[in-house]
Amino acid sequence: MQETVIDAHNLSKIYDEKTIPVYALNKVHLHISRGEFTAIKGPSGSGKTTLLNMIGGLDIPSEGFVEINGTNITKLKGNELIDFRLNNIGFVFQSYNLIPVLTAKENIEFIMLLQKRPKKEMEQRVQELLKEIGLEDKINKRPRELSGGQQQRVAVARALAPKPQFILADEPTANLDSVSAENLLNIMLKLNQEENMTFVFSTHDQRVINRARRVITLEDGKIVADTAPTAVIHEQTEIK
Amino acid sequence: MILKLIWRNLWRNSRRTLITMASIAFAVLFAVLMKSFQNGVFNNLIKNVVGYYSGYVQIHQNGYWDEQVLDNSFALENSLTAQLQQNPQITAIVPRLETFVLASKGNTTKGCLLVGTDAVRENNLTQLKSKLIKGTYFEKNEEAVLLAEGLSKRLDVSVNDTIVLFGQGFHGVMAAGKYKIKGIVHLASPAMNDAFVYLPLAAAQYFLSAENRLTSVSLGIDNPENTDAIVQNLKNAIGEKYEVMPWQEMMPEIANHIKADGFSFYIFSGILYLIIGFGLFGTVLMMTAERKYEFGMLIAIGMKKTKLELILLGETLLITFFGVLLGFLLSLPLVIYLKERPIRFGGEIAKVYEQFGFEALFPTDVDQSIFLTQSLIVLAMAIVIGLYPLWHVRGLDPVKAMKK
Repeated sequence: MQETVIDAHNLSKIYDEKTIPVYALNKVHLHISRGEFTAIKGPSGSGKTTLLNMIGGLDIPSEGFVEINGTNITKLKGNELIDFRLNNIGFVFQSYNLIPVLTAKENIEFIMLLQKRPKKEMEQRVQELLKEIGLEDKINKRPRELSGGQQQRVAVARALAPKPQFILADEPTANLDSVSAENLLNIMLKLNQEENMTFVFSTHDQRVINRARRVITLEDGKIVADTAPTAVIHEQTEIK
Repeated sequence: MILKLIWRNLWRNSRRTLITMASIAFAVLFAVLMKSFQNGVFNNLIKNVVGYYSGYVQIHQNGYWDEQVLDNSFALENSLTAQLQQNPQITAIVPRLETFVLASKGNTTKGCLLVGTDAVRENNLTQLKSKLIKGTYFEKNEEAVLLAEGLSKRLDVSVNDTIVLFGQGFHGVMAAGKYKIKGIVHLASPAMNDAFVYLPLAAAQYFLSAENRLTSVSLGIDNPENTDAIVQNLKNAIGEKYEVMPWQEMMPEIANHIKADGFSFYIFSGILYLIIGFGLFGTVLMMTAERKYEFGMLIAIGMKKTKLELILLGETLLITFFGVLLGFLLSLPLVIYLKERPIRFGGEIAKVYEQFGFEALFPTDVDQSIFLTQSLIVLAMAIVIGLYPLWHVRGLDPVKAMKK
């Protein structure tokens, strides 16, 4: 049996609780195991980003909790939570979000520097990842000197560099052309297979959905479909 | 990495950084110039006023200042002279015997202030010789007077004429004497120019039947900033028999003028700093707002808020440091130049100044404390302004920050 990395229990996010409650997430149960390549899809406002933010410890649920490798991150506060994110979760954002004043190499090193990893280990990992993402010749380029696709590849390498428990990617291909999106997907799938890295995406992009091994569909804050053969969903599947 | 980020962030928007640095540099330049002009002009004013007559410090018989009569004069003791001569900070010692007398020529009689003084020492302190406009300077044991220009006009006399002085000597004896006018001096202060008569000390003591007596000893000192310390030391050394007064006590109106002007400097520099402060705050505010998304992202990926705050404070401090340094480098040569070649007004303005006994001269003061103080004020201001992004980051929610 595969080890569970993400375990979300009864997750709800309610806005305007005291007036007219709006459920961004409504009692969501979700388990994701190590090595999964999961896409979360759904229309705008279905709760994809909210779910990702809660799994990533960026947002606090109104009800329920999230466990990452057995740690209830909903109970963590301030620096404890920041440290947990630093050491366990990799983030890839829609608009790349590289640090504009750092080079590709420095951006990839950045999280490892925050973790105070040994220099030699960092150098080795950066070289390894630059090779994987095919940007060895862009090592000293700053983000503005790279194309959108190249920037997103660096962002993926940055998230992967410290070998986190899993990677959360919020619409990673939304700003990319089809060739760049395909390249990025290939890289992520390769890393998923080679490093057994867990990927969780929120996406609208059919190209990503087609390549995902598990697809979770959200509507109005509820999981309405989960195509994964190994997924464990407490809610009934296909409840629509 | 933090230093690298601070340095590179500084040059992300190089034009804005340079404009901010320039505004800080000009703030320092203006503040330093303003303060050094103020100090320079005040020092010159004090030098003018003090150097014209009173000296920086005067010693009198205790009680003389409240009742300025010859009966409150004192005999100069060798021990006092020795005390004064031993003090290396005292550069001039001028013994004087002063009293009000009547000066008469023909049918004209005018009240005047008779100053019995040591010809050589007086010149050392007040450069009296340089104020001669007619005739020659008197000698130590001469029985001749130097007359202020205004008084000579009022009496309608000139060099080589003779005037008669009448007055009350020591212990109320009658004093009368006839003296040849050896020279006419122009004193810048109108009050002094209309009333002063200088007589060699020995002749004045004889005229007033006050042999070996003085009403004051005026002192020149090496550094006006040491005045208070010198006064205190002298008070401790020469005891309660004498009163030791700094020029501020003898001329409170000048001291008050300097204080009042000092206050106006604080108001002006306060306004200047306020303007610059808001300029800097505007930059910091814009920088914070522009990078809100980035701050959210950095916290999301695991950067501690304290680290981010350190980077932001570092950026503000570095901009300020370079601005202050630039301001210092611009102001130093300018202040030195204006000290060496002070601004001198001519024409009517100069006449107005001279009427009040001041030179129409605007020198600067090159004092390191001015540069240090102004730089520290700007730095302190930057630290306070630099707290804003820290406060912003402290309450930052990464999810809200990353919402576009």
